Amino acid sequence: MYEQHITKQYRNKDISQKLINKIKNISTKKISLMEVCGTHTMSIFRHGIRSVLPENITLLSGPGCPVCVTSQKDIDIFIKLSTLKNVIITTFGDLIKVLGSSSSLEKEKAKGKDIRIVYSVFDALEIAENNKHKQVVFCSVGFETTTPTIACCILMAQKRKISNFSIHSSNKITPPALLALMKIKKINVNGFILPGHVSVITGANAFKPVFEKYNISCVIAGFEPVDILESILMLVQQNELKTPLFKNAYKRVVDFNGNLKAKKIMNQVFERTHANWRGLGVIHKSGMNLKKEFNEFNALTRFQISVLEKKEPKQCICGEILMGLKTPKDCILYKKKCTPFDPVGPCMVSTEGACAAFYKYNN
Amino acid sequence: MKQNKILLEHGSGGKISNSMISKMIIPIFDNSILAKLNDGAELNIKGQRLAFSTDSYVADPIFFKGGNIGDLAVNGTINDISMCGAEPLYLSAGLILEEGFLLSDLEKILKTMAKAANKAGVKIVTGDTKVVPRGNADKIFINTSGIGIIPEKVNVSGDNAKVGDKIIISGTIADHGITIISSRKGLEFDSDIKTDSASLNKMVKDMLAISNNVHVLRDPTRGGLGTTLNEIAFQSNVGIRINEEFLPINKQVLGICELLGFDPIYIANEGKLLAFVSCDDADKILKVIRQNEFGKHAAIIGEVVCDNPGKVFLNTTIGGTRIIDMMIGEQVPRIC
Repeated sequence: MYEQHITKQYRNKDISQKLINKIKNISTKKISLMEVCGTHTMSIFRHGIRSVLPENITLLSGPGCPVCVTSQKDIDIFIKLSTLKNVIITTFGDLIKVLGSSSSLEKEKAKGKDIRIVYSVFDALEIAENNKHKQVVFCSVGFETTTPTIACCILMAQKRKISNFSIHSSNKITPPALLALMKIKKINVNGFILPGHVSVITGANAFKPVFEKYNISCVIAGFEPVDILESILMLVQQNELKTPLFKNAYKRVVDFNGNLKAKKIMNQVFERTHANWRGLGVIHKSGMNLKKEFNEFNALTRFQISVLEKKEPKQCICGEILMGLKTPKDCILYKKKCTPFDPVGPCMVSTEGACAAFYKYNN
Repeated sequence: MKQNKILLEHGSGGKISNSMISKMIIPIFDNSILAKLNDGAELNIKGQRLAFSTDSYVADPIFFKGGNIGDLAVNGTINDISMCGAEPLYLSAGLILEEGFLLSDLEKILKTMAKAANKAGVKIVTGDTKVVPRGNADKIFINTSGIGIIPEKVNVSGDNAKVGDKIIISGTIADHGITIISSRKGLEFDSDIKTDSASLNKMVKDMLAISNNVHVLRDPTRGGLGTTLNEIAFQSNVGIRINEEFLPINKQVLGICELLGFDPIYIANEGKLLAFVSCDDADKILKVIRQNEFGKHAAIIGEVVCDNPGKVFLNTTIGGTRIIDMMIGEQVPRIC
């Protein structure tokens, strides 16, 4: 690279090598560490982190990709909304490939439905303002990083009295998913690489119950290779010494209380609900629904549609992959019936999904 | 669920485009010249070797920093011919215009095309114009075709990479793609990044003048460096190993890629070439490329290896290794 970039110090070869050597020197136990953020999954593959770790350390990709955990039913709802007259569907790009029970938004788009990719929910609001004679629905997915902006957009729509804009919320919050994972008896995770971006909003405290309840090593990590290697080193050290700790290794942006303003707006507009995580099932109070006072922006209320729950594809082991019980290579569909061009399971769809990352970087 | 309709991804230049080309287009047209899958066709007409190539341009937006769809269309086809080792001579230009398109915009685009052709020393000698009703095309689509002469002794082809070859990139990667992405609605970035669109025929001519050991030339356009390296690894049945730390990339381009979660290795270039050259000639060829106005940041980024034929490996900056596959689908900004 001919110019220095801000990320350079966090991709430094010498620092990385020192961390890798330390990990190799102290690591004796066979352990599995789980990352629960799609951006971590991508970064681990992109920088070849697995290739530099000793064989006794396994990295597992948990339920950290908001697109991957969007339930089949929610996808079916988005698709059903796209079939209504005079409706423009707006969505993040990744979501359009996710299969519902029989189609995807991408396939509906090819059939001629008005489905538009936006980079921000505010683009969807702008489309609504520019198309007053049509209804604009935003397919709302995302974790705590995304939900505050959607809440902010709902407040703006209310203030501007925009009556042709609504969302269907499939938004989720992450700590309950980790607690649910730890309840599974078969689970074999010795430490969590906790999501740095989510923690910026929630604050480190939000993940503390996972550590307190299950006495498992937890490190909040940044996304550059040096950040990730440092976190792995901390988790290995804790496991070797049998002293699980809760640590924040991403102090340059994460504090204990998080972004209070973002949390306030999120809680003003959304309320917790039970949510169905693809592959994991229903997790207690892990979803974010619009509060009743914002019903006018709730697409389900506005269009009075309902969709039946259908069974997820047979043979697909995305659920077990998200739980860290299996890897993509254990799946009989992987690279055969299930590829990024023709994905069967959600983990193959999003670029941040474990199977797609495996396919792209480890083919 | 099998696909029965064209998706936008079929035009991405990545794996799904390649699959359509190899499974549908090649078998239907069925001839050995097309099947070589180079940037242009190599023809032998009564002893004269010619390169012939065509490309269509549907850029959105049509005006962007550093250029517009017009110079893109001229430079792109000139480069496709140049990548056959040929000296491009003549171009055609086919215009598909949407009803209501501004004449002043058309004039601006045509003037840019003329300027680009003049600069490269190539003439636009034939053309066609069609107008379609509003909504049946997006403002303007341009097709350009071109021909050029392949000099004697030049033997450049995608299936000609040899173990031990050094791999040169002629400058910073991902500039064009990031220029287009960052000027799209909803993602307007305030940056100095501009397209790298440029004709590389003079650079190629200079390279071929000093070395008979240029084995492969390719411009890594759609699908970026990663996809092009895979095409060559496949065509030549060789392994490729490149070093991340040697990849030239502009700081701002890298910044935008980081922000959006894009891998610059899969982002389009419009004025860069990849050259596979013999190890002995690599340094002098690099020097010649760097003397060209579009080659200042050229670098040797890797080499051809005998292990893992058909695969491309990247040595990451931290000392790890990963496989570089062809681009799979369009890159989309990350959600969180």
